Order: sequence, then structure tokens, then C-alpha cells
Amino acid sequence: MNLLSKLLAEKDWLMADGATGTNLFNRGLEAGEAPELWNVDQPEKIKALYQDAVDSGSDIFLTNSFGGTAARLKLHNAQDRVRELNKLAAELGREVADKAGRPVVVAGSVGPTGEIFEPLGPLSHGEAVDMFQEQGAALMEGGADVLWLETISAPEEYKAAAEAFANIGAPWVGTMSFDTAGRTMMGLTSSDMVDMVQGIDNRPVGFGANCGVGAADMLRTIQGFAAANPEVPIVAKGNAGIPKFVHGHIHYDGTPELMGKYAVMVRNSGAKIIGGCCGTMPEHLVAMRKALEETPIGPAPTDEEINTVLGGFSSDSDGTGVSTAPKRVRRRRK
Amino acid sequence: MSDEEDDLILDELNDEELVLQMYDDLYDGMADEIAEAVHILLKRAWTPYDILTKALVEGMRIVGIDFRDGILFVPEVLLAAGAMKKGMVILKPLLVETGAPQLGKMVIGTVKGDIHDIGKNLVAMMMEGAGFEVIDLGINNPAEDYIDALKRENADILGMSALLTTTMPYMKTVIDSMVEQGIRDDYIVLVGGAPLNEEFGKAIGSDAYCRDAAVAVETAKEFMARKHNQV
Repeated sequence: MNLLSKLLAEKDWLMADGATGTNLFNRGLEAGEAPELWNVDQPEKIKALYQDAVDSGSDIFLTNSFGGTAARLKLHNAQDRVRELNKLAAELGREVADKAGRPVVVAGSVGPTGEIFEPLGPLSHGEAVDMFQEQGAALMEGGADVLWLETISAPEEYKAAAEAFANIGAPWVGTMSFDTAGRTMMGLTSSDMVDMVQGIDNRPVGFGANCGVGAADMLRTIQGFAAANPEVPIVAKGNAGIPKFVHGHIHYDGTPELMGKYAVMVRNSGAKIIGGCCGTMPEHLVAMRKALEETPIGPAPTDEEINTVLGGFSSDSDGTGVSTAPKRVRRRRK
Repeated sequence: MSDEEDDLILDELNDEELVLQMYDDLYDGMADEIAEAVHILLKRAWTPYDILTKALVEGMRIVGIDFRDGILFVPEVLLAAGAMKKGMVILKPLLVETGAPQLGKMVIGTVKGDIHDIGKNLVAMMMEGAGFEVIDLGINNPAEDYIDALKRENADILGMSALLTTTMPYMKTVIDSMVEQGIRDDYIVLVGGAPLNEEFGKAIGSDAYCRDAAVAVETAKEFMARKHNQV
């Protein structure tokens, strides 16, 4: 049994890590550069990134391989280095996890290809499966405990990854980004995602949402998942506020205190794996760990409580439940 | 009910009804029907420019509103854009012939490290529809590519797009290069993309942040008008 499944069986909740990009920027990564190249060029900084997550109390951390498919590495002329860069990302993680002194899951991050699927775009299902398989195999070879598909918007992409991971027999987690009026960019609602996940042959070990907009929207999405009674544990990895450009840096405006509250609320709403995404730094994770450990489990927050503590939702509806949006009347009988 | 009764015969609609039907067909991404309607209007002696602006661009504006309001999503917008494109392909050569007004020239592209281009493509299409000449540099553009294109094409506007928080800071790199070369003031710089906001647009020294394609067109027109007034 993989380490993540083992921990999920033993614990009420697990804490995942925070941001990768944000933290690497703070370590000197330049805009437009491929973070994955740092696995070779600056491995000490990557290990430090992983170590920070462990030191802040994370039970799971993600490898520096988010843009590690051939499609994404192609931008930097590195499409032939998929195996090299992903294997290394996981090896560096293995080094850090193995000396943590407690069980820590090395999760191989797999981000979107960035391409649109046929027929609207150029990417075929077969090509996507191949790319995810190449990347996934390298991450497992490097010692990842599970694969961690994240920030996906299209159901076709999620399913292609599921097939790829089944081909290599790798356990996996898959989260999507709900950033458009409470849905993914492609229009998928939280309840749609539950239907999709439960319909896949190769079910993930965990499913849920990452990134998206702010903490309030993340709460709404998690509650949407929970309302559909999923059989698979829920993952919540929300952003620490909204990005602002301050003195030449991207700065997220979510405070550690806010993230602590978000963590407790999302756990009370049914999430079993809780972490952060963009903007979430070690200090946020420390506050989240503390809040999760010291606050007893409580009822799921109401919309009012969510809006008071975390802010307003980005849209009136998230597509679940009854829609009050006026539909445009069409003249053509179809 | 027979199949024939369900079919709408476009040529039987008067001009007003036909244009309204085009809005619907654009909204539903019905490319062949749009092409047919464009031909009908041309046959009825509409100017290519009027067909473009009154039917296609206006129809896409409605799509843009529902996209912004979370009623339509990327797949629907792509289908609608595909339908508009099919109409524009017919009109483009005719627009050149009939000397339709040219409002300005824009160089547009997604920044270095970023491959996302749906939004950029929509902006390019809407800008063309509005009467701008658009030079689309595609994705993953370093500063040199933007600047070379601006100079080579004698453009008025630079448009930059990014979808990732990790690539959007590169826009400042591009603008800083323009400042260094003393050419920043020669161009209007517009920026856009999901993670951006107005504050970011100001902080990096752009002229404006445009939250969607429709706003980009209006903003571009405003700035071009201001530019001409300064002569």
C-alpha cells in the first residue's frame, strides 16, 4: 500500500504543502524561466523548498515538476529531458522525506499540458496519455510515493492522466482549478467533478481543488464536493489571497491568520487533505498546522460565515443547485 | 412536425431578423450558418464593414458578456470564435478592397514562458473586427521579439498576455527594456490575462490593464483617439 493511502487510513486529516512558484521566485527564479531546470542547476534550492514544507509540518509535499510534460518543457527546448528532470525532482524529494524522522509523502506534481484537446484544439487523447505516462513513470522511478495531478481545467485532460497513470500502475491524486464563476475554465462544476471522478476506472486516492481564485471560493467548491457525497477523500489546496505586484515582486495578500481559518473551515467542510497553493509560504503552513491541531472539529461554515471571515465569492452561483441566471432565448428551433 | 418545418431559411428573414439570427448562431458556434448569412448580406449590398461591425463584432460582444458573467465557458467561446472566423475569412479581402477604416496597428503575443493563448486570440480577433491591423506573435515571446516587431511593423500598440502568475512579471521586463531603449513612449502598452488586475497593470508601467477582449478594443480605440489629438 502506498504511503498516502496508509496515512489517510490512520489520520483524520493530513496537511499538504504550499506554493512552489511563489517560493522559488523568492529564491531568485526569474519570470519566464522553467522551474524544473533548477532540479539540475540549483538542486540545493529545491531541497530547501521541500525542507521548508517538512519543517512547517506538511505530511505531503509536491515535487518541482509541475511543468514537466514534454508539451511544457518544449517552450524551453527541454522536451527531450522529461525523464531526467522529473526523475531528479522526485529523487531530491526522496532525500528530504527519508530524513524527516516521520512519514512524509513525496507527491510527484503533474500540471496541465497547456494544450486544448481535440476537436477545439490540437491535442489528441493519445498524445496526452503518452505525455502524462512519460512524466509519471519518471517521477515514480525517482521515488515518488504518489503522482499528484493538479490545476487541471478540462475533464478530458483529467481522464487522459488517469489512463496514463493506470498504464504504469501508479497511485495518484487529482485536483482541478475552479477559477471561473465557481467552475473550472472549461465549465465543470464541483458536482460534475465528483461524477467524473467516481466514473473513472482508475480512481484516484484523493481528489479535489487547488489554486482557483481565493479562499472563499475554495470553501464553496469543497462544500459542493461534499454535498455530492463522494467516496474518495477530498483535497483542498487554496491560494493565500490574491496576487499583487509590490516592489517588483508578486505578493499574495492572504495572511497566515487567514490561512489558519481557511484550513479549519475547509476541514470542517469535509476536506481530508488540506494545503495551500499560490502565495502559501512556510509561515502560512505553520499557522495552518497550528490551527488544525488546536481547533477541534466543528460544523461546516455557512456562506455568511465564509464571506465574513474569508471574503466574498467571485460570482453569485457556482453552477450547482438551482440556477437563477437568465438564459438567452434563441429563435432557432433545434 | 417534419424536418423542413424545423429548418430556418436565412434568406427568408429580413435584414433585422437575419442579424438577430446571426447573434444567436454566433453564440451557438454555428460556423456554416454564419458563413451563409454573411453571403446573404453581401448579396443584399451590405458593405463588408457593416457586416463585420453590426453583425459579427456585435454578436461576439454578447458572447463576451456572457463569458465574463460565467454563463459561457471556454469551449463555447472557442466555438463562437470559430464561427466568427469563418465569417471574417469571407470579409477580409473585401474589407481591403473597399478601403474600410484602419484604426491602428497592434503587435500582440503571450509572454515568455507562457503558452496560453485563448484570451490573446480572442483579443486579436476582436481588434481585427474593430478595424485594427493585428500582428500576432503567438506564444512564448521574449522582449526582443516584441520590440523587433513593434519597430519593424511601425505599430501603435503592444498587447501582452499571460495566464500564469509565474510569467506575468515578465511583462515588466518587456516594459523596462522599452524604457531602456527610450521607446516606451512611442507605443501604447495594454496587458491582460486571468491573474492580472488593474493594480498590477499600473505597477509594471503599462498604459492599461484590459480585463477582456471587448474592453481591450474600447481601450485601444480611446488611446488611439488620444494619440491623434496630441498632434
